[in-house]
Amino acid sequence: MAVSAALSESGAPERTADTLLARLRTGDEAAHLLTLGFAASILLIAGLLVWELFSNSVDARRKFGLDFLLTSKWDPVAGQFGALPFIYGTLITSVVALVLSVPLGLGAAIFLSELAPPRISDALTFIIELLAAVPSVIYGLLAVFALVPLLRDPIQPFLGRVFGFVPIFQGPSYGVGFLAAGIILAIMVVPFIISISRESLLAVPTEQREAALALGATRWESTWHVVVPYARLGIIGSIFLALARALGETMAVTMVIGNTPQIAASLFAPGYTIPAVIANEFTEATSDIHLSALIELGLVLFLLTIVINAFARLMVLATTKRGTTHP
Amino acid sequence: MGTLERSTLSGPPAAVPGDAAPGIAPKLKISRLNFFYGGYQALHDVELTITANRITALIGPSGCGKSTFLRVLNRMYETVRGARVSGEVLLDGEDALAMDVSRLRRRVGMVFQKPNPFPKSIFENVAYGLRVNGIGGSARLNEAVEHSLQRAALWDEVKDKLHKSAYAISGGQQQRLCIARALAVDPEVLLLDEPSSALDPIATAKIEELLFHLKNICTIVIVTHNMQQAARIADDTGFFLLGNLIEFDRTEKIFKTPSKKETEDYITGRFG
Amino acid sequence: MTHHYWRKLVNGLMFSLTAACALTAVCVLFWILGFLVWNGGRALNLDFFTQLPKPPGELGGGMANAIVGSAQIVLVAAVIGIPIGFLVGVYLAEFGMGSFPFFVRYTADLLNGVPSIVMGIFAYAIVVRPLHRFSALAGGVALSVILIPTTIRTTEQFLRAVPRTLREGALALGASKWKSIATIVVPAAIRGVATGMILGIARIAGESAPLLFTSFGNQYWSTSLGNPTASLPVMIFTYAISPYADWHRQAWAAGLVLLAVMLLLNMGARVVLAPGAAHKT
Repeated sequence: MAVSAALSESGAPERTADTLLARLRTGDEAAHLLTLGFAASILLIAGLLVWELFSNSVDARRKFGLDFLLTSKWDPVAGQFGALPFIYGTLITSVVALVLSVPLGLGAAIFLSELAPPRISDALTFIIELLAAVPSVIYGLLAVFALVPLLRDPIQPFLGRVFGFVPIFQGPSYGVGFLAAGIILAIMVVPFIISISRESLLAVPTEQREAALALGATRWESTWHVVVPYARLGIIGSIFLALARALGETMAVTMVIGNTPQIAASLFAPGYTIPAVIANEFTEATSDIHLSALIELGLVLFLLTIVINAFARLMVLATTKRGTTHP
Repeated sequence: MGTLERSTLSGPPAAVPGDAAPGIAPKLKISRLNFFYGGYQALHDVELTITANRITALIGPSGCGKSTFLRVLNRMYETVRGARVSGEVLLDGEDALAMDVSRLRRRVGMVFQKPNPFPKSIFENVAYGLRVNGIGGSARLNEAVEHSLQRAALWDEVKDKLHKSAYAISGGQQQRLCIARALAVDPEVLLLDEPSSALDPIATAKIEELLFHLKNICTIVIVTHNMQQAARIADDTGFFLLGNLIEFDRTEKIFKTPSKKETEDYITGRFG
Repeated sequence: MTHHYWRKLVNGLMFSLTAACALTAVCVLFWILGFLVWNGGRALNLDFFTQLPKPPGELGGGMANAIVGSAQIVLVAAVIGIPIGFLVGVYLAEFGMGSFPFFVRYTADLLNGVPSIVMGIFAYAIVVRPLHRFSALAGGVALSVILIPTTIRTTEQFLRAVPRTLREGALALGASKWKSIATIVVPAAIRGVATGMILGIARIAGESAPLLFTSFGNQYWSTSLGNPTASLPVMIFTYAISPYADWHRQAWAAGLVLLAVMLLLNMGARVVLAPGAAHKT
C-alpha cells in the first residue's frame, strides 16, 4: 500500500541506508554537540567572571595585601583603602535583617504549611511570593520616603529612651543608618524564608504529624515538636539563602545606609556596605587603584556569597532529597 | 527446521515450536542472547525463533526478564545507561543489533503497558510516526490515519473527534490509539508489553480480539503476566524464569503438557 | 486539668501568633502597593510616558527615554540569555548524566547566587572597558548573565518533568533522539519553560545595580546599543536620592509603572502555567 511503499522509499535497505544512517547519526550527534557546546560556555562564563574579578583587583591586592580587610580607613583621595567598615556594615545589616526576618518568616511559614486551611494558605502564599518579585529599587523608594522618616522621628528616639542602656540603641537619630538598612533588608528577605521553609515543612511526611496527633498532642505541639525539627535542615538552608541575598543586596541598602564608612556600635549610626560603596563610587573612582580596590571589594563579596550559597544549597538538598533528618 | 528435542532434564529448550512448516524462514531469530544492566545479568543465553504472522506470548513471574527481552527486540534498552547486550538478533536474516536503530524501530513497533498518547490530537498522534519518518502531504496522512485507526478498531469511535485531544478518550481507547499509532508506520513486528494490564476486562477483550486480527498483517510478540490471556490468544508461548527461557512451544503444549517442571509449577500456580 | 487547659491556650495563642506573622508579610505587599498607587498615581501623567527628562532643578519632563531604554537593554539580555539558557537546560535534561553535566549544573547554581552588582563589574570588565564607553550592550550583557542560570534551571526542571513513557513512545516509532526531544518533549514542557522565561525576564527588568556602571544612563534618547542608555530602575534610584521634590514625585511615578509591569508579568506567567498543569491527566 501507499504508506509502506513510501516508507520503503525513504528507508530502502541497500542504497540509501548509508546516507540515511549518516544523516540520522549526525542529527543526534549534532544536537548533542550543539547543546554540549552551550553547556561548556557556562563553565567559560563562570571562569571568565572569576578571572576578571581577580585580574582587575590585582593592583589593590598586591599593594594592600591582607591589610585591605583589616584596616578601617577608607580615603580614596589620600590613597588609603581599608575595607573593614564595609565588611562590618554588610555583616551588621544582614544580622539585623535575619534577627527580624527569621522569627517572622518561620512563624508565617508554619502558619501557611501547618495551621492554615489550604485555600487560605495558597492565596496568602501566592501574595507573599509576589513580594519576591518586587524590584530592589522599589523597596528602596519605600525605605527612603516611608521608613526613614518613621525611624527618624517616632521609632528610633523611642528605642533610645527605652533601651538606651544598650549600646546599639544609643546616639543621635538620623533615620538613615544600619537599622534602616537592616529593616528594609528584613522585609526583602522574608518572602524567601517563608517560601523555602514552607516547602520544607510541607515535605515532612504526613505520618509524622499523625503519629504525634494520635498520641494526643495539640496541632501546635505536633508542629513544633515533630514537624519543625524534621524539616530543620531545609529551614536552616532557607536562612542561609536569605543571608546570601541580604549580603549582596545593593539598591535598597544604598539608599538608606547613610554612606559613611565607619564602624559604630549603635544601630542608629550611618554606615556603609560593600555593595553600597561599589554602587556609589564606581563611576566616580578617582584613580586606577581606587577602581581596583572597589573591584577587590566585589571579589570579597563574591567569595562570601558563593560560600554561603553553597552551604545553604547543601542543606536544602539534604531535606528535599532524603526527606529526613538524622539526629 | 529439524525435529524437536524434548527433554525433561535441564537441557537446551526447544527453540522452534513444533508445528512450524518447513521452508518458512523465521521472522525473528534470537541466538545466545545475554543482557546486562551494569554488572547484573538479566538474560542468560536466550535462544528463540519467532515465526511470522503468529502471536507469540512471553510469560513468567515478575522480574523474570520477559520485558527486558522484549525491549531488546527494538533496542529500547539503549536509553538506559550501562545496559549491554551480547548475542545475535536477526530480523528476516538481517542483524537487528547493528542496523540503524530508527529503521529497526519502524519495522518493529512497540505498545507500552500504560497507554502513552502524546499531548496532541488523536489525528496527530497517529500521524506522528509518519511525519517523523518523512511522510507528509495531507491527503496521504488522512488516508494513512484512517487506515490505521480502522485496523485498530477505533475508527468508528473517534472519526468525529480526530482533532480533539488524545486525553479526551477512555483508557482502553487510548491504548487502541497507541496501537493505531504503532501500526501507522506499517511495522512487520508488533511488540506489546503487558498492553492490557492497566485496562478493565471489556477493554482487554477488545484488544485481544484486535490482536487476533492483526496477526494476519504482522507478527505479534506479547508479554503478559496473565496466563489466561496467553492461553486465549497466543499461538506460541515462551516461559521465562530468572532471566532464562525455560521452555518455548506451541501454546497448547505449554499449557497442557509442559516439558519442564518449572513451567508446570508456574502454570499450576505453585509460584509466581 | 489546668495543664491541659494551658496546652490548649498555647495552641490557640501560637495559631494567632503565626497567623499574625503571615498577615504581616502579606500586609507588606499592600503597604508597597498603597504607597506606590497613592504617590505614584498622583504623579503619573502623559508627560511621564512621552517627555524626556529635564535638567536638575527644572520642573516637568518625563521618562520616555528610560522606558524605551529599559526595553532595549532587556531585549539585548533576552536575545543573549534565553537561547543559551534554553539550550543548556535541554542539555542537562536530555544528556545530563555524568560528571560534566554535574559541573555545569553546579556552576549554573553558583552563578545564580552571585550578587547582581558583581555581574555589573563583570560586564564592565568585558564590555565597557574594551569599548571605552557605557552602552546598552554592556547593560544587556550584565543582565543576561543573571538571566541565564534561572532559565537553565526552569527549563531543565520542566523538561525533566515530561514522563519517560512519552519519550519512549516517540523513540519506539523510529524518531531519533533529537527529533523526539524537539517534537515531543519540548512541546510537552513548553508551558512551564515559557513561564520560567517570562519570570526570568521580569526579574532582570527590575534590576538596577548591574546597570549603574554598564548602561549608566542618558538624558536623551539612546540612538544605538553602543551608547549609554537610560533605564527605568536606574532613574528611580537617581531621582529618589536627589534633593529635588519634583524628581521625587517622578520617582514614585516610575516606581508605580515598574511595579505594575512586574506584577503583570508575574501574574501573567502563572496564569499561562495553570491551564497547562490541568491539561495533564
